[in-house]
Amino acid sequence: MKLLTNKTTRSNTITYAVVVISFVLLQLWSGAGMSSSLKGMLVPICAYVVMALSLNLTVGVLGELSLGHAGFMSVGAFTGTTAAMALAQSIPSDGLRLAIAMVVGALFAAIAGFLIGIPVLRLRGDYLAIVTLAFGEIIKSIFTNLYVGFDGGLRVSLLSNQTGIADNDLIIRGPMGIGGITKISTFVAGFVLIMLTLIVIFNLVNSRSGRAIMALRDNRIAAESVGIPVTKYKMMAFVISAALAGAAGTLFGLNYSTVVANKFDFNTSILILVFVVLGGQGRMLGSIIAAAALTILPEVLREFADYRMLVYAIVLILVMIFTNNPTIKGFFTRLFSKKQEGGANQ
Amino acid sequence: MSETPILECRRLGIDFGGLTAVDEFDLTVGRREIAGLIGPNGAGKTTVFNLLTKVYKPTRGTIMLDGVDTHGMTTVQVNRAGIARTFQNIRLFNNLTVEDNVKLGQHNHINYGLWSGLFRLPSYWREEKAAHERALDLLSIFDMQDMADAKAGSLPYGAQRRLEIVRALATEPKILLLDEPAAGMNPSETAELMENIRKIRDTFSIAVLLIEHDMKLVMGICENITVVNFGKIIAKGTAEQIQNDPVVIEAYLGKKEA
Repeated sequence: MKLLTNKTTRSNTITYAVVVISFVLLQLWSGAGMSSSLKGMLVPICAYVVMALSLNLTVGVLGELSLGHAGFMSVGAFTGTTAAMALAQSIPSDGLRLAIAMVVGALFAAIAGFLIGIPVLRLRGDYLAIVTLAFGEIIKSIFTNLYVGFDGGLRVSLLSNQTGIADNDLIIRGPMGIGGITKISTFVAGFVLIMLTLIVIFNLVNSRSGRAIMALRDNRIAAESVGIPVTKYKMMAFVISAALAGAAGTLFGLNYSTVVANKFDFNTSILILVFVVLGGQGRMLGSIIAAAALTILPEVLREFADYRMLVYAIVLILVMIFTNNPTIKGFFTRLFSKKQEGGANQ
Repeated sequence: MSETPILECRRLGIDFGGLTAVDEFDLTVGRREIAGLIGPNGAGKTTVFNLLTKVYKPTRGTIMLDGVDTHGMTTVQVNRAGIARTFQNIRLFNNLTVEDNVKLGQHNHINYGLWSGLFRLPSYWREEKAAHERALDLLSIFDMQDMADAKAGSLPYGAQRRLEIVRALATEPKILLLDEPAAGMNPSETAELMENIRKIRDTFSIAVLLIEHDMKLVMGICENITVVNFGKIIAKGTAEQIQNDPVVIEAYLGKKEA
C-alpha cells in the first residue's frame, strides 16, 4: 500500500529504530560496567526525552510557543507519585503501580492542560507564550502550598495542613514536597513511555486530526475556510501534549526519594524548549537526540569543573550556528538528496 | 425559474469605523451559474467574499445560502453549509504535501475520530485510503496527480492557484468563490483555466462566483456580471450589456471630456 512507502513513514521508522537500538545498547552497557552516575541518569533522560517530544507537539506541530511545559510535568509528578504512594498497600506489583501512576499523572495533566487551554488558546504568538509562563508559575505555587494525606481516603488542604493527619504522615507536605518515595521508575518503563509517546505523536500527525492541527500552524484563515474548527484542534494538541508531559513527570517523580515543586520551574520549561529548538521544530528524532545529549552533557563536562556551564553554553551556541548556517545546511541537504537519488537508481 | 437561487444577498453592507466598505449589495447566483464580480482596485470585491464567508460580520443585510439564512454562522459553519473559496493572496498549507492539502479540504467528509487515528483502527485505514483516492481524483482535474507528494509551498505559482481551487472543491461546496484565479497566469494558462472552471461547474454541478481582472476570462465564461465601485453596485448584466454600459466604462477609464 502506498501509505506505507512514503517519506514520512520511512523517517518515522528510522526514529523508532534509533530508540530501540539505543535502548538495547544502553541496557547491555548498564549490565556490563556502566558508571553508577550514568546509570542514575537513564530514567531522567527518558523523562526529558518525553518532555521534549511532547513540547515539540505544541511548538513544532501546532506552532504555538509554550513556556510553561514544566508545569504539566509537575502536575504529573505530584499526582502520579501521590497515586503510587496511596496505592502502595493495595497494589504490590511495582510495574503495575507505576503504570497506573503514569495514567493518573497523564490524566491530571490533561485536565490541567484543558483548563489552562481555555483562556490560553484564545491568544496568539507571544501573548500565548507569556500566559503559559504565568500558568507554569501558578502550578508551581499551588504545589508549594498543597497538603495531601491518605488514610484510606484522600485528604487535601491548601496553604496549611488541615487534613487532620500528622505532618510527617502526609504524602504532599507543602513546600517540602513529597518525601520518602519508593523509587519504582525503571529504564525499561522509560523506554516504553518514549515508544508510546512516539506512537501517539506519529499516528496523530498522520491522521485527520493531526493534519488539521498542522493546517492551523500553516495558515489559520485557510484552515477555517475549509471548515476546520480552530479551538477544537488547538485544544486537542495542547491536551495531548500536556498528558504526555504528565506521564513523563510521574516517571521523573518516582525516580527520586523526594519531589519538590521548585524542581519544575521556569528554568526547566526553558531547558525543554531548548531541546526542542535545538533538535528542530517538528522533528521528533532531533528532540530525542537533543534531550538525551544535553541531559548527559553536564555530567560529561564534570572534568571541566568550574567551567562546566561555560562549555555547556558554548556547545549550545555552536550547535545553533551549525544547524542554522545556510551553507552548512545546504551542504547536508545536497549530501542527503544525492544519497536518496543513488538509492532510487539501485 | 421556480428553483431557489443558491446564493442570495440582500442589501448587504459593512462599515469599518466610519468607512462604508460595502453598501446596498444585492446579488443573486443561480444554480450551476458562473457569475462574475468585477470592479476597479479597492472597489470592495474581496470584502464581499469576506462577508459571504464570514471572515467579516456584515453590518447590514442578509445572505441566504440555498434558502438558509447564514446569519450568526462562523467561517467554519458557512463552509460546512456549502461555500468554499480561494484567496487572492494564496493561502495554502505550505509545509504540507499537495495531497495533504486536498485531504484537509475533505476534512469534514473523512469519518474517523481522534482515537481511530491514534490507534490506527480499521476505520482509519478505510477512510484514509478513500481520501487518498479522492484526492488524486480531484487533483486530476488539473493534471496535478504527479505532484501529490510535493510540498505545497514548493509548487510554481500557477500550480498553487490551481491547488487552492482543488482544495476548495474537496470541501464539496454548493458554490465556489474564486478570488482572481487567473492572477499571474499567462494567456494560454488562462484559457486552460477557463475551460477548467466550466468543467468544474459541469461535473460537480455547482455555482461559481469569481472575481477577476482578466476581462477575456470574465467576458468569456460569466453568464452574469456584477460591477462594483466604491463598495456599491454600478451595473449588472451579461457580458455584452456590461461592455457597453457607459457607467462601467467611466468607472474603469474615467469620464470623457465634454
